[in-house]
Amino acid sequence: MADSGASVNAREAGGELVIGLKGAWTVRSVAALDQAMAAIRPGGARKARFDLSGLVTVDSAGAWLIARTRGALAAAGVEVKLEAADEHQKALIDKVLAAGLPEPRGRLPHHYLIDILARVGRALIEAIKLGRDLLSFFGAVVIGFLRLFVEPRRIRFVSLISHIEQTGLNAMPIIGLISFLIGVVLAYQGADQLRQFGAEIFTVNLVGVSVLREMGILLTSIIVAGRTGSAFTAQIGTMQVNEEVDALRTLGLDPLDVLVLPRVIALIIALPLLTFYSDILALLGGGVACVTLLGMSSVQQFLTQLQAAVTMTHFLVGLSKAPVFAAIISMVGCFEGLRVTGSAESVGRLTTKSVVEALFLVIVFDAFFSVVFSYLHI
Amino acid sequence: MTETPTISIRGLVTRFGEQTVHDGLDLDVRRGEVLGVVGGSGTGKSVLLRTVVGLNRPAAGRIEVLGQDTGHLSEGAWRSLEARWGVLFQSGALFSSLTVAENIMVPLKEHGHLPGRLMAELTALKVAMVGLPPDAGDKFPSQLSGGMKKRAGLARALALDPELLFLDEPTAGLDPIGAAAFDELIRSLQQSLGLTVFMVTHDLDSLSAICDRIAVLVDKRIKVDTMEHLLEDPHPWIRSYFHGPRGRAARHAEA
Repeated sequence: MADSGASVNAREAGGELVIGLKGAWTVRSVAALDQAMAAIRPGGARKARFDLSGLVTVDSAGAWLIARTRGALAAAGVEVKLEAADEHQKALIDKVLAAGLPEPRGRLPHHYLIDILARVGRALIEAIKLGRDLLSFFGAVVIGFLRLFVEPRRIRFVSLISHIEQTGLNAMPIIGLISFLIGVVLAYQGADQLRQFGAEIFTVNLVGVSVLREMGILLTSIIVAGRTGSAFTAQIGTMQVNEEVDALRTLGLDPLDVLVLPRVIALIIALPLLTFYSDILALLGGGVACVTLLGMSSVQQFLTQLQAAVTMTHFLVGLSKAPVFAAIISMVGCFEGLRVTGSAESVGRLTTKSVVEALFLVIVFDAFFSVVFSYLHI
Repeated sequence: MTETPTISIRGLVTRFGEQTVHDGLDLDVRRGEVLGVVGGSGTGKSVLLRTVVGLNRPAAGRIEVLGQDTGHLSEGAWRSLEARWGVLFQSGALFSSLTVAENIMVPLKEHGHLPGRLMAELTALKVAMVGLPPDAGDKFPSQLSGGMKKRAGLARALALDPELLFLDEPTAGLDPIGAAAFDELIRSLQQSLGLTVFMVTHDLDSLSAICDRIAVLVDKRIKVDTMEHLLEDPHPWIRSYFHGPRGRAARHAEA
């Protein structure tokens, strides 16, 4: 691309300002000309003349510089003429002038400390609003759930079964693998420390209790939040973008019945099952590590020790949290999906938000459960 | 005068798997004309546009744009060629995470190397030239109506003052008044900026209002002529296209 030797030369002759333009005035050359054109002042001249005879080509960026200077001169009370512009160039400059001289609006004065304060305040109000909306969504889901008891025909079985398959059955390989490996890791780390007291055998207690009470359910919830919660938001969000959710409403179908309840119920059924499965696989991993690697004499010894260490209560404590976490994950997922508006970009943003919020709430409720159970001496 | 055409396509073949869309297609777009491309659904109008701008690779054939063979270009040459055309996609294809003004600045930043204030001025100028209100620059695409999105997309396509403008169904989805205004806008920009326009459209009104010549995609090839000559054409599809009830209405409105 020939860069054109574009130049501007302004001189005053006999009370008349002559502005000579040369070369190709295009978007590629205007950067160099901007300053020179902005610096042109009428001085004492009452008349000004743009001499365009040297102009090779001009595009709208070049025309803008000419129009801007012409406007500035005219505003200073100078009479301006364009000379030797060919038809096309003149038409273009007229077009640019006709578009008006847009004033780039300056920003309002602001102070960065106040900006920070304003952001904190805005974020706080957003968070409170979010909490309120989530609570009201929870209420709507509970009401919808109770309505199912009155009118059991509203349950969408096909959708329910399909969601159980997607969220439960299809998650089994990943949850099984991770649970098994976590069991192995726990046994290893525990045995390393307990060996110092000669209490290696208590590795079994460590693995058994921690897996059944906390690790199994927490691990499963975290994987499900990442895998299923995000999928719920993305599915419903995409439907929202395509106006499918609005279409459901106009067809007399309640999105709560069609989209939300099947997902919530499916996960409330699937998550306890997955937790049980995760518990078993983690114990298996712990057992394999104990027997093969830590020199425990036999499988029998591991099982005897496990039986002594854990009680039904440990297992039930872990499992009792599953339906609650399932409700949290699925409701947050559906809630964020329904909040999608307009663009595909908001689907991505809210999917991320849904996972983060679900994980946050799961951990908060887990802490809450721990406190309650310790008060109850369970 | 025999000047080289802005776009010259020879023997173009496009295939998707087993399906052949174009088979030995030839087309010349002359400098400074508005060419309307029409054809039935699935005849590959948009595919043709995408192939010319390099989004599809043809199975065979030669495409020259602005005198350069697009099949054999280095990365750098291709980049500077791309800066010489603008494309308006069917639904605007504005970047949804950026405001309208930021959308227009994307090509300016990439190719222009301009000082910030001048860039803001040029952006405001483009916003005004496509007939958007000044405050539209601060809005996000999701806050705009369909017609405004197309105008904003046009402003972005024109950001670098291209010589060649590709439009994919520019008036689809606009109301008749908005479509007529958009036709008017394209025509006036084309004249004052000296653009060559390659326009895929279904809108018979825009065909008769602003197109110099019309290219009809039939039988995997193209037939180019003026509206008057195409009206006489014996090909059954062309006959039913221009002589159907809608074609007649458009011509009556014109007369």
